[in-house]
Amino acid sequence: MVGEQEQRVWQVLATVPDPEIPILSVVDLGIVRFVRWERGALHVGLTPTYSGCPATEAIRRSVREALDEAGYHEAALEETLTPPWSSDWLSPEAHSKLREYGIAPPAPRVISCPRCGSHWTSRVSEFGSTPCKAHYRCEECLEPFDHFKCI
Amino acid sequence: MSAPDLLRYVLRLGDTSLILGQRLGEWVGHAPALEEDLGLGNLALDFIGQARLLLSYAGELEGRGRDEDALAFLRDAPEFSNLTLAEQPNGDFGRTIVRQWLIDAWQLEVYEALQASTDTRLAAIAAKALKETRYHYRFSCGWLVRLGDGTQESHGRVQESIDALWPFTHELFAADEVEDRLAALGVAPRLDLLEPRWSARVSAALHEATLTRPSKVHFPWHGKRGVHTEHLGHMLGEMQHLQRTYPGAQW
Repeated sequence: MVGEQEQRVWQVLATVPDPEIPILSVVDLGIVRFVRWERGALHVGLTPTYSGCPATEAIRRSVREALDEAGYHEAALEETLTPPWSSDWLSPEAHSKLREYGIAPPAPRVISCPRCGSHWTSRVSEFGSTPCKAHYRCEECLEPFDHFKCI
Repeated sequence: MSAPDLLRYVLRLGDTSLILGQRLGEWVGHAPALEEDLGLGNLALDFIGQARLLLSYAGELEGRGRDEDALAFLRDAPEFSNLTLAEQPNGDFGRTIVRQWLIDAWQLEVYEALQASTDTRLAAIAAKALKETRYHYRFSCGWLVRLGDGTQESHGRVQESIDALWPFTHELFAADEVEDRLAALGVAPRLDLLEPRWSARVSAALHEATLTRPSKVHFPWHGKRGVHTEHLGHMLGEMQHLQRTYPGAQW
């Protein structure tokens, strides 16, 4: 039965969007590290993406609100740092959602343009509008785009 | 005055990140190009994030109810124990890059080694910070080479910055009794073992950038012990102004 209870919490968390990239939920981002019951109390583990990500606090608040609304008033939110977050933890759905949203998902070598699909792209800067994104340009369709960095 | 070693050590690391983060933040809106403005701003965020992790830990170790904000905004210069190099003024873009590159190269070694610390909290923070330090180094070293091996003007200015900042690098590896005791316990790395790796990395980059490595100079400053250059006080004046004037103010 515990499995089912945890499943329900995961479903609630899957409705909490990332404030910067709202098509992704906190579950898609891979920052929810655990959901478990200990002696009848719910514990949810969250890990920050980047140390300085300004969204971290907003995310914590939205997770708290969503859990409250779903009736989990007593849930304890815990910050975990080990192992450090990696872009490898993005869910497979996150990759397709990012592409549809116009952000090239993390990829080891070839970064394809999320608009025209061309592999002929170049990096403008390793830094972008948020810590998790780099600034790229498509040399085929000439459009600039964001790339969700590998870390 | 004799705070436990671990607290003092965590404060040193946290203060260095905080002060460097604040310096980098001064660039926002002023960098030579939009991309570099974003780059420096992103670095600033990472450093302030790392400072937060470290200073909140320091607050817990201290056990006097001070959180990371109290430590950042309500201490005076002599209570800060950051590396003196971190507080040096931004100067031109090249000066900022040289300062950044020297500290990034230092953090690469320190965080790499701290991942194996017997203090698990410190090891976790180091593992997280190391991932970020790797791209910080790519950024600062990339610019060092571009400017050093650039025009006569950029080469001359960057060499001048290296000569000016070099004396402060002595402090990076000058261990005191706090670091010695922690190294014996496996909490902190032995700095004398890290120096050769830092030195080799720095020399290789200088060579690629066609820059000259200065010779060792006597160093009179000890930021780790709270002895700072005159620049820190001015910087804190600006950084702490709001919290000092309106204590507890929130966004």
